[in-house]
Amino acid sequence: MSGTFVGMPAFPAAAHEAVRNPTLRGNLRHATHTIRAKRAKAVAELADWAELREAGRRIKDHTLRHLDRYLVQLEEAVTAAGGTVHWAADADEANRIVAGLVKATGETEVVKVKSMATQEIGLNEALLEEGIHAYETDLAELIVQLGDDRPSHILVPAIHRNRGEIREIFTREMREWGRPAPEGLTDTPAELAEAARLHLREKFLRAKVGISGANFMVAETGTLVVVESEGNGRMCLTLPETLISVVGIEKVVPTWRDLEVFLQTLPRSSTAERMNPYTSMWTGTTDAETADGPRVFHLVLLDNGRTDTLADDVGRQALRCIRCSACLNVCPVYERAGGHAYGSVYPGPIGAILSPQLRGTASEIDASLPYASSLCGACYEVCPVAIDIPEVLVHLRERVVQGGPVTREGNKAVLKPAKGHAAERAAMRAALWALTRPGALRTGQRLVSRTRRFHPRTLPGPGRAWSDSRDLPPVPAEPFRDWWRRTNGGRDTK
Amino acid sequence: MSGRERVLGRVRRALATAPDDDTPYEQAIARGYLRRHADLGVEGTVDLLAENLADYRAIVHRCALDELPGTLGRLLELRGSRSVLVPPGLPESWLAGVATTRVDDRADDTPHALDRVDSVVTGCAVAVAETGTIVLDGSPDQGRRRITLVPDHHICVVRVPDQVVPSVPVALERLAPARPLTWISGPSATSDIELDRVEGVHGPRTLEVVLVR
Repeated sequence: MSGTFVGMPAFPAAAHEAVRNPTLRGNLRHATHTIRAKRAKAVAELADWAELREAGRRIKDHTLRHLDRYLVQLEEAVTAAGGTVHWAADADEANRIVAGLVKATGETEVVKVKSMATQEIGLNEALLEEGIHAYETDLAELIVQLGDDRPSHILVPAIHRNRGEIREIFTREMREWGRPAPEGLTDTPAELAEAARLHLREKFLRAKVGISGANFMVAETGTLVVVESEGNGRMCLTLPETLISVVGIEKVVPTWRDLEVFLQTLPRSSTAERMNPYTSMWTGTTDAETADGPRVFHLVLLDNGRTDTLADDVGRQALRCIRCSACLNVCPVYERAGGHAYGSVYPGPIGAILSPQLRGTASEIDASLPYASSLCGACYEVCPVAIDIPEVLVHLRERVVQGGPVTREGNKAVLKPAKGHAAERAAMRAALWALTRPGALRTGQRLVSRTRRFHPRTLPGPGRAWSDSRDLPPVPAEPFRDWWRRTNGGRDTK
Repeated sequence: MSGRERVLGRVRRALATAPDDDTPYEQAIARGYLRRHADLGVEGTVDLLAENLADYRAIVHRCALDELPGTLGRLLELRGSRSVLVPPGLPESWLAGVATTRVDDRADDTPHALDRVDSVVTGCAVAVAETGTIVLDGSPDQGRRRITLVPDHHICVVRVPDQVVPSVPVALERLAPARPLTWISGPSATSDIELDRVEGVHGPRTLEVVLVR
C-alpha cells in the first residue's frame, strides 16, 4: 500500500476488493457503530440542536456568498496581529510557499498537526523532495505514516487498523524514524499510546517549525482555531518558533461570536463529546514580553478547487463542511467499502461530493464517486451544517452522464458527457420520449402486460450485469392506468 | 499575477452569477438557539461543572479559600511531585502550604527544562459548566500555554461561582480573542486505537480541578 491516491482504481473496483476483507469490515463496523451511538446521545443533550444546525448552515452560506469580503478582512486582521498571509491557487503553489518558508528557517524537520488540507495537497511528499522531513504527530496519522499507508477516515485516519496491526507497525518502524518502540510492547491501547508519547515527545521538544491546518478562522479578529484531543496540536502550535498554517479559504467565519455555534456542534458530531479535550485559539503572534507561542506566524490560504466548487450553484454547499466526519459513520456504503476505496483524502459521503468538485470529474475514480452512494439520506440527516449530500450526488451524476458547464481552475468550460454511460443515456432518452407521449406509453404498457409470460428472467446485452445479482420485477397483468379507468379510480373494487 | 489576485479574482467570478444577497450579517444568521441549556441557578451550575469535569476524567476537589494552601500542598504531596511550576501571577497565599520545590516559569526556559518538572498549578479565565471545560487565557495567574502542556500533572484552581459560566456562548462573551486561549476538557485523550479512550498522549495525563469559594 503506498502513500498516494494517484492511479487508484475507480470506486466500484476498489470497493469490490475492500468488501472481501473481513478484518477491514470488522474494524469499520465496530468503529462506526460505536461512534454512531455515542453521537446520537451527545446530540440529544442539546434541545436546540435543530436551531444550532440552522445557524451553522446560515453562517457558512452567508460567508460563502461574501467570501471575497471576509477573506480580505481576515487578511487585514491576521496581518495587524503580526502574522503574514500568503495565497495559494493550487497544491503546487501552496507546497512551494510552505517549502520556501521552512527553508528560510534553515530547518530540515517540521512537526505537523493533523490537517486535511495538507493531506489534500500532498505537502509531506513535496517537502521530502526538498529534503525536509515532516513528522505527523496525531496518533492515528503517526500509525498511517509509519505504516506507509493512507488515511481512511477524516477523524480517525487509522480506523482500518486494529491494535494488533498497530503494535506490529510500531515495533517494526519506530526505530527508523527516531526513538524505537519499547521492548516487549503489547497491544493494549494504553501501552501503544505511551509508545507514541515517548517517540513523539523527542520531536516536539526540539522542533523549531510547526505546520498545522485550522478548523476555523475568524475574519473579524484574525483568530485561528484548532480543535483536537491528544495535545499534539498544542505542542505544534505552542513550542516551535515558527508556525505555518495551511487553511482552505472556506474555513473563514465572519465573527468571534460564530464560534459559539460550531464549538457546540463540531465536537458532538465528530467525537461525540460535549467538548473535545483541547481547543487552541491564537491571533497572530504574541509579543516578546509574553513570548507565549511562535514568534513567526504564516497563514497560507488555499484554493485548490474550492473556487471551482463555489461557482456551482448546487455543489457549493459542500464548502459548508466542517470536517466532523459524522456522515462517514452513518453511511452504509462507507461502512462496507472503507475509506481507501474513495481514492481521496476525503472519504465517505462528503468525499463523494467534495473530491469530484475539487478535482473535477475527468479521472475514472472522480467520475465514479457520485455513484458511491445508495442515496439513503442518512448523511444529510446527521450533517451539522445541513449539507444536502444526496442532492449534490444526483447533481454530479447528471454532470458526469450529460456533461455541461463547469468551472475548472477558475475558467469556464463545457464538460463532455462521460464515456461508458451510453446505455444509460440511451435509456433516459427513450424514457423521456415515452413519458412525453401518453398514447405511445399506454400502447407500450399494454403490450408488455400481454407478453409477460414470455419475458426472460435476466436481461440480455449490457443489462445482464445488473440482472445477474437482482431479480427483474414482475410485470402486472394489467397496466395501472387501465386498472384505474376500469375500476373508476379503485372505487368499484378492492 | 499574484496568488492573492488570482484567488480573489476566482472567488469574485464564481459569485458573479449567484443571486444578490445584501442581507446584513446580523439578519442573515438566525440565532434561534439557546444561550444556555438549563437555568440551574448558581449552585446548580457549579454542580454541573463538577459533574461534567468528572465525567471526562478530571479529578475534582472543592474547598474554601482558606483551605486552598493546605489542599494544594496535599495534592502535590499525594502525587509525589518533586517540583511544581508556578506562573508569575499566581497569588502567593495559595502556595503557603506547598513544600514541593517551586520552579518559576521563565521565557528563556527550554521545553526540555519544562519536561523535567512534575506538576503545574494555575488559575483559569473561565469554566464552562455544560461542557466541563476550563479556559486559560495566558493571564499572569495562568502563564504561558506551554507550562500547562509539557508537565504530566496540572492542578487548575477555579474560583466559584465568579469564574463559572453555564455555556459556550456565555464563555465566548467573557473571553478576549486577542489573547492566546486554551480550552481544556479533561486530560489529554485519544480514541485512535479501536475507539478505546486512553488518557494522556501528549498533554498532562492527570488534570485536577480545585473549585474554591
